[in-house]
Amino acid sequence: QNYPLYIRSVPTENELKFHYTVHTSLDVVDEKISAMGKALVDQRELYLGLLYPTEDYKVYGYVTNSKVKFVMVVDSSNTALRDNEIRSMFRKLHNSYTDIMCNPFYNPGDRIQSRAFDNMVNSMMMQVC
Amino acid sequence: ETEQQRYSELFSRCCPPPEAAAGGSSVGELFRASQLPPDTLHQITEVCGAKRVGYFGPAQFYIALKLIAAAQSGFPVRIESIKNELPLPRFMALKNDTEVRYGTPAELHGVKFQVPHATLEKNSYKRTDEGDKQVPKSPPVSPICSPPASPSTYQRIPLSYGYGKTRSGLEQQHGAPYEVRHSTHQQDGPSSGNYGAKSALTSSTPNRSLSVERELQDNNTHYSDDPWRITEEQRDYYINQFRSLQPDLNAFISGSVAKNFFTKSKLPIPELSHIWELSDVDCDGALTLPEFCAAFHLVVARKNGYQLPETLPETLLPEYLQAACLKPMRDCPLFDSYSEPLPGSQQTRDFGRTEKSSAEEVPDNSALKQDGKKDDKQAPKVSTPLKSIPKEFQHLTVKTAAQESNALKARPRSRSYSSTSIEDAMKKGEEPPTPPPRPQKSHSRASSLDLNKIFQQNTQAVRSGWLPPPPPALPPRSSVSQTELPAEVDLHPQMNRPPLQAEENSSAKKEVVLAQPPSKPARRKFRTEAQGLETPELSPTINVTSSLPAAKAHLPVQKQSSKQKRAIQTAIRKNKEANAVLARLNSELQQQLKEVHKERIALETQLEQLRPVTVL
Repeated sequence: QNYPLYIRSVPTENELKFHYTVHTSLDVVDEKISAMGKALVDQRELYLGLLYPTEDYKVYGYVTNSKVKFVMVVDSSNTALRDNEIRSMFRKLHNSYTDIMCNPFYNPGDRIQSRAFDNMVNSMMMQVC
Repeated sequence: ETEQQRYSELFSRCCPPPEAAAGGSSVGELFRASQLPPDTLHQITEVCGAKRVGYFGPAQFYIALKLIAAAQSGFPVRIESIKNELPLPRFMALKNDTEVRYGTPAELHGVKFQVPHATLEKNSYKRTDEGDKQVPKSPPVSPICSPPASPSTYQRIPLSYGYGKTRSGLEQQHGAPYEVRHSTHQQDGPSSGNYGAKSALTSSTPNRSLSVERELQDNNTHYSDDPWRITEEQRDYYINQFRSLQPDLNAFISGSVAKNFFTKSKLPIPELSHIWELSDVDCDGALTLPEFCAAFHLVVARKNGYQLPETLPETLLPEYLQAACLKPMRDCPLFDSYSEPLPGSQQTRDFGRTEKSSAEEVPDNSALKQDGKKDDKQAPKVSTPLKSIPKEFQHLTVKTAAQESNALKARPRSRSYSSTSIEDAMKKGEEPPTPPPRPQKSHSRASSLDLNKIFQQNTQAVRSGWLPPPPPALPPRSSVSQTELPAEVDLHPQMNRPPLQAEENSSAKKEVVLAQPPSKPARRKFRTEAQGLETPELSPTINVTSSLPAAKAHLPVQKQSSKQKRAIQTAIRKNKEANAVLARLNSELQQQLKEVHKERIALETQLEQLRPVTVL
């Protein structure tokens, strides 16, 4: 039941491709989860060795303790993105997610409709691109 | 120029803060009053761009008015029509249209100034927010029902001063017929989200009227045009609502409690979710008093047709409200002492009550001082949410312990079941960390609380606080209630009263939540029962214990099955909430763990670097 709670991409063309990528990378995430026993939180998960000549992108994954997965796809041509930045982005995502959880009107498992979350994600993506 | 004047008058009628947007409902009424066919009105709305923008700003409103005038003169509804010289649009259905034209400038002030000089007191009270509660003569049912389906009556609730302005203006001009109309509204109004505390507050009407008049005059002096500014009356109303959910004004309302409360307003869940996001500034899953006021204000504004802002307006920020909250909180002990005499009319003979009102004022004053320290509390709260929740309630227990000690001196019997309310509230708070110590606390007798607070606190406490021991507690409770009469020992009556009180209030609460028309009479029945019970309570203790359960024995028996179901639902909600909080805590701990990992990795790399050196 890996249905998406929230999905957003900045360049809105080829969105479907990104969606597909995200979905396929979930398998890798699951594999990693089962691999590591004690440490549950994985900050950087995938460096896709499969790089198309036309497009190349890196997929990063992050899992929370309640098995909520964050998957981020970034363009490889954007070499300015370092690991630390990815980690900080995931941290911000995680914080926003917990803020959403604190909202009593939010039922875990619902699609995320919080405007604050949207704003945060948008600002983050604008920052990167 | 007359056009301009007229338009601005109309606009300010529809939307008292001139710079903000006119609410859709009042604008719609105005348009309907122009007696144009609905599709014309739709056209006008589209043309003037309101649909696009989503609200009626000044420009849109003026364009719309002009188009109405055009349509009424027979011109087609198009942008070009505006360019013609047109007569002023006529709004027929508004009865006092002509009067308003004269009186509008006066009316703008009239809403404020006429309040103290209102010819009919009822009228003036109706126009104030808690005016609903102020009307002693009208049936207690009516003032209680705050939000009926029609936004008009709801507008009277906290916002009638500014936001229900068209209504208030109309009321002003036609006192009697509108009173009738509003009373009819009220009578079929009982269908609605009933904020249960109101019923309790009706009893305090005569006394509150004095204070409210004071407030009204205060309000006149600093009436603001900002729809997001909370007026004094509204603030007091919110504070009372807060108190109904949570007796300690310094503590928090937990998420599930607040959720239930705000769900009663019948706003859609996404909007409530957004309101929560806006108002829970520290994102801790609980609402402090200023956060609660902000949230309530947003709910009310939304109900009146205002769109929710994207970010919290400045006047609703907790810091802002906190500073302002200090003032009304000072008034609160006064209100308590005002409202207290009513439910316990026998208080004059009750020494403990007077002592306890002073005792309660002391904690309230200390609450004032602590209000300033709330920021400190909030800071640790952010870091360790779970730990601080029991801390808050420990604070509450400290206060009630102080009250208890005062109470024990006088040992008034009639307050004994008010004591349990505090205990129940504490139980609710301490439920996650310490289930075992709780039952012992039920024996203590404490504070002089309002009967109103007793009911709401106990309902809340029952729903959440009694959950951990529901299976074992229910059977003993029922047996206790049945076998009430032989209990003569001091401890036994105390034990009996908390369950009885809890059951009574749980049933009361259940009725409040489920169905509104039966709820209000039922609540009144409870109140009269409770009040009737208070009279026998003055008699010696043993008679009291026997009379209490005798009166109420029938009630708990009926309601237990539904209570169990509600208990389960409440348990689910509470677990969800606890889950959220735990998830948060977990994530924070994980972050700390990550940082520690990083440090460790750094140290290890250093070690690696150093090692070849040493090995050599």
